[in-house]
Amino acid sequence: MRYAMAVDTKKCVGCSDCVVACQTENDVSIGYCRDWVVEINHGTYPQLETEIRSERCNHCDNSPCVRCCPTGASHYSDGGTVLVTKNKCIGCSACIESCPYDARYTHPDGYVDKCTFCLHRVKKGMQPACVAVCPTKCMYFGDLDDPNSSVTKVLKIRNYKVLAPEAGTKPNIYFLI
Amino acid sequence: MIRAQLLSLLIRVFSTAAGKSKYWLPIKPATDIALLLAWMNVLITEGWYDKEYVEQYTYGFEQLKKHVKTFTPEWAYGITTIKPDVIRKTAREMFNAAPAVIVHPGRHVTWYGDDTQRLRSVAILNALLGSWGRRGGFYIGEDKGIPDFPHPEYPKPTRDWRDAFPGKYQLADLALANGICDATIPAAGRDCSFKGWIVNGTNLIFTLPDMRNTLKAIESLDLMVVIDTMPMEITGYADVVLPECTYLERYDMVRTSKHREPTIALRAPAVEPKYDSKPGWWMAKELGHKLGLDEYFKYKDIKEVLDWQLKKVGSSLDEMKRIGVKKFDREDGGHLYFDKGEDLEFFTNTGKIELYSTALEAEGFDPMPKYTAHPEPPEGYYRLNYGRAPMHTFSRTANNPNLTDLMDENVVWVNPKVAKVWDLKTGQEVWLENQDGIVSTFPIKVRVTERIRWDSVYMVHGFGHKNEKLSRAHGKGASDSELITNVMVDPIMGGTGMRGNFVTFHVDKPEKGGLL
Amino acid sequence: MKEELIVSGRMNAKIDPVLHAWGWEISVYLFLGGLAAGLLFFAGVYYLLGKAKKYPTAVRKAPVLVPIILALGLFALFLDLHHKPYFWRLYTTVKLQSPMSWGAWTLMVVTPISMIWAAINIREWLPNWDWKFQWAKDIEKFFVGYKKHMAWLMVIFGVILGIYTGILLSAFNARPLWNTSILGPLFLTSGLSAGSALIMLISKSKKERKVFAQIDLILIGIELFFIVHMFMGFMASTQVQQEAAQLFLGGHLTAQFWIFVVVLGLLVPAALEIMELRKIHIPVLVPVALILFGSFMLRWLITYGGQLSRYLY
Repeated sequence: MRYAMAVDTKKCVGCSDCVVACQTENDVSIGYCRDWVVEINHGTYPQLETEIRSERCNHCDNSPCVRCCPTGASHYSDGGTVLVTKNKCIGCSACIESCPYDARYTHPDGYVDKCTFCLHRVKKGMQPACVAVCPTKCMYFGDLDDPNSSVTKVLKIRNYKVLAPEAGTKPNIYFLI
Repeated sequence: MIRAQLLSLLIRVFSTAAGKSKYWLPIKPATDIALLLAWMNVLITEGWYDKEYVEQYTYGFEQLKKHVKTFTPEWAYGITTIKPDVIRKTAREMFNAAPAVIVHPGRHVTWYGDDTQRLRSVAILNALLGSWGRRGGFYIGEDKGIPDFPHPEYPKPTRDWRDAFPGKYQLADLALANGICDATIPAAGRDCSFKGWIVNGTNLIFTLPDMRNTLKAIESLDLMVVIDTMPMEITGYADVVLPECTYLERYDMVRTSKHREPTIALRAPAVEPKYDSKPGWWMAKELGHKLGLDEYFKYKDIKEVLDWQLKKVGSSLDEMKRIGVKKFDREDGGHLYFDKGEDLEFFTNTGKIELYSTALEAEGFDPMPKYTAHPEPPEGYYRLNYGRAPMHTFSRTANNPNLTDLMDENVVWVNPKVAKVWDLKTGQEVWLENQDGIVSTFPIKVRVTERIRWDSVYMVHGFGHKNEKLSRAHGKGASDSELITNVMVDPIMGGTGMRGNFVTFHVDKPEKGGLL
Repeated sequence: MKEELIVSGRMNAKIDPVLHAWGWEISVYLFLGGLAAGLLFFAGVYYLLGKAKKYPTAVRKAPVLVPIILALGLFALFLDLHHKPYFWRLYTTVKLQSPMSWGAWTLMVVTPISMIWAAINIREWLPNWDWKFQWAKDIEKFFVGYKKHMAWLMVIFGVILGIYTGILLSAFNARPLWNTSILGPLFLTSGLSAGSALIMLISKSKKERKVFAQIDLILIGIELFFIVHMFMGFMASTQVQQEAAQLFLGGHLTAQFWIFVVVLGLLVPAALEIMELRKIHIPVLVPVALILFGSFMLRWLITYGGQLSRYLY
């Protein structure tokens, strides 16, 4: 089982509904977020290109955060999901420094927090909160080992990229382009 | 897989939609009709239109053909700055896709006071391409009729907003946005003006253009009752505020609107109302009782009304509370599109799609659209464009904790060339002053971006709140409404064109204050 | 123009708008760790060379300060932890791939040894020290018998500790400025230089001061070489590393780096030490203070600058 997500940059309009859904689903305090939306503009008016991406932890196969964690709080869980065990985390921020995607932050309670792929929902057969609410349905979540999962199917027919592949992290969030 | 292609047009800001388009035509603001006419010219002269459709369903094709003859792409190029070959290429692209093509009218379309004619141009293009009522074009939506709960016939109002505009706007089917204000401000030659308003869930100070006029109307009132879920600018002017509970705490009337399949939806409370807030239906019923109008409210509560209505359409409140949304079959068995060659009658004088409008002609207006030049920004001024952010609903959500977390202020988009002239940096605060000398009450931060033309600026509507009770929104960003003092009213439908305002920058706080 | 913005308004504390999860605490920790490593290394080496008598400050007097320096450094590190009650979790696991885990265990070895070494040399500072209890005296006597073993451990773990302060940063490939293996040797050299400077300051012996001034000069030379080498490496590397190096080569940390680290922290003290060796008297405090200041600034600027450098995508 290899959980992964695909985000269609051609469909995302940057409404940030995914961000609010995550905040409310996972009790993320106001002022913090586990997912976010980036807009990148290239060019000079009127020759312009815009890309909008809903981003979150990449749940990398080769996670620098898991590697550098001195206590084992950051670890791989079901389907390659990268999780943090709160009561093992000492809040040293090494994982924050190690993440090329800046996907982690220190929770006001002191431990480091991040996207969990909403594993608590996924285990019940539901979609992650961000995927479930997306009004443009631009996100696909599923198991890459399952040939019938929506994410496997969409990656077969669309061009895609991952972020900072040169960082060697083997990320699991795919951006459809 | 069918891949939809988006042509993004008529947009002076490089919008999100533009970013996903195959073509984006960076048209010079306020010249849209010229481009639309040029497309008509190309479609007709090249024969790139749906001949059968036009023949069977439209009226006035020959007149239109003659009318657009001189509106060539070369003519439009000088006005719109869109190159002739691009106009021809995009016209061809539309015809290739026809009838699976939509020239979309957009939302919030009151721009320059000739908006009826611009939207007619859009409709004419759709007619030429045969997209109305055809697969891939506009489908024929259908809604589910919900009967009224039994009540005695309502009395007919003796006056309405039209009294302020004798003989004008005969074709308008909705009240003019500013019409209520004009009908409230006492005027010579009119024997009576409105004395009281009940404002329900709309912050008129921000939603109506020309704030000065709105404030003048409010000052002329004897009574203003405001129903709202949170303090807004308008509640500060109210004699009585009736605090309504939010949509998550109340029942509302059944939602029914046109869809592919008739669909109804119920809004039911998720939680109990907080504080001393009440649902709108309760206020109406209690006010009716106090006014001795009990006969109009012969029910215990809204649940009784909803259940009665829902049972009439084959559902019930219990069922709808469970399923939330219910779909029905179409009445005539799935007539989503016109059948080929189907005999149809449209709601016009001629019963056809009027390329040549007999209704407009009868009222003394141009029966076919014409391009008229609109004022351009003076030296040192920039056309004020405004729009919406997907995170916020107008100015109503500016204080919502979650949404404020996403976006807590608006910024003014400035082209890098303009920023260079004014030495503006991203994040720097400026005050905006419009052509009438109105200065924004609050400063607004600059965003230097290529997404805006060098003769325009852009800002998201709904910020710059003055009410200090809006603890998160107060003083955040600037209000575009405040700066829209030039309103170009469309003589046909009375639409309030708001895109004819020009602003300049103040790097230091000016002496003059704003309207708020 | 390229424009990149987070439209959902992300403002995670210490992440946005620029990463600054590690502040002065980490820089202080890295500096004090390096200093302690330098002192331990020299004490161990000169003891093993049998020069305890010749260089009493290096071998006996200066190392007494190490537990205090380490305690201060660990206190700074502790301040940086956000989930403090779980500090002990560091010692319930060994994570071979985590430099921080290595550091925690290295300190677990170094700290007790440095305390013992300090205890058996405490009379260097307090000549009238008395352990009072017989059992304490017995323990002291026991450890005095193992001085040679301890000296070996001090040399080995001194080097590990010194290198670790650099490797802690260089293990993060997410921060291109840190992602160079030269950082370990550079921080080790800088720590040794700081150690030798502190020995010079404390030493009363002219001869010892002269030797450590000479050692320090060599270390400064090596450090300069490593710094040049580091930039050469960056400029020959990927775009992200070229851009990271630009922070110090024209970017907005350029002045701080070249003035505080290179000129005031290395070149000026080197010149002063050369003058001293040529019998032009310079108050010893001046070059020492500059060396220590430069050593701290190097760590502070690398820690700070590294968090400004990032992958571009």
